[in-house]
Amino acid sequence: MVMLELIDILVLLLLATTAVAVARIRNLWAAVMFTGIYSFLGAAWMLILDAPDVAFTEAAVGAGISTVLLLSTLALTSREEKPIKKFPILPLIVVVVTGATLVYGTLDMPHVGDPTSPVHTRMEPSFIEKSDHDMHGELPNVVTAVLASYRGYDTLGETTVIFTAGIAVLLILRRPGKLSVASSNRSQPEESDG
Amino acid sequence: MDISSVLGLFNYWIVIVLMMTGFYIVIARGNLIKTVIGLNIFQISVFLLYITMGRMEAGTAPIIQKTAEVDQAYSNPLPSVLILTAIVVGVATTALALALIVRIREDYGSIEEDDILALDRES
Repeated sequence: MVMLELIDILVLLLLATTAVAVARIRNLWAAVMFTGIYSFLGAAWMLILDAPDVAFTEAAVGAGISTVLLLSTLALTSREEKPIKKFPILPLIVVVVTGATLVYGTLDMPHVGDPTSPVHTRMEPSFIEKSDHDMHGELPNVVTAVLASYRGYDTLGETTVIFTAGIAVLLILRRPGKLSVASSNRSQPEESDG
Repeated sequence: MDISSVLGLFNYWIVIVLMMTGFYIVIARGNLIKTVIGLNIFQISVFLLYITMGRMEAGTAPIIQKTAEVDQAYSNPLPSVLILTAIVVGVATTALALALIVRIREDYGSIEEDDILALDRES
């Protein structure tokens, strides 16, 4: 158990380091790569926290597809961030104040893993107790049972969101055809290198 | 504040650090791609917050083992399910934001916020 705690703390410190590296780095390519590492570390931590399903999805979708999308956007735009003139002090103050407020809020929270915390005691009988009977004892993975059966409408809504986003992306990126006169009227400030 | 409560709350504190880093990138940086990256970091830290709350001491992944002893503790499956949905929706919003950035670059020739604002003021 002590070993697991040590790994937990190590992964958390790595996560924090990666996040700060993303914030400081100027090169967008490197920032995207660090974001991929960050997602993957997050997936590793989820595995330690007994959530293998989420870890798989985060590794495949978060670290995989997101990185590919970001890289293809970089290929279509620019790789370097413009250097800042002066260090922005106001955002730092806002962030520190918000963070301090949130840390103050955690002081009353139940400790991680506490079996008497409301997360674990609410909902009687819990999904774990119900699902074996409801799924006729043939579906041992409770996460699957909740995702596809108890909260099936939630998953349907998620699919709708993906579909809508896909249509929107297609409409935004569509090459202007003969119909779009409005977009050709717009003055082009610089020549594009697309 | 003894060592056990520091260890018990340490996960939350690191999650807050990650969240605030993402928030800082979003509000302090003028580059649009960097803003989307910051949003991603914020998002993942929220996922981690949910998953860490669902963890149960001495528990295991919520996959029922028939052979195990009867009072085996399992972590809560509900945060996992909510976050599975959130991950996929998060990628959908990222894709939409990136498509908008590509369009903005085509129209303005820049993905820096202040350049775009200056061009808007000129016209």
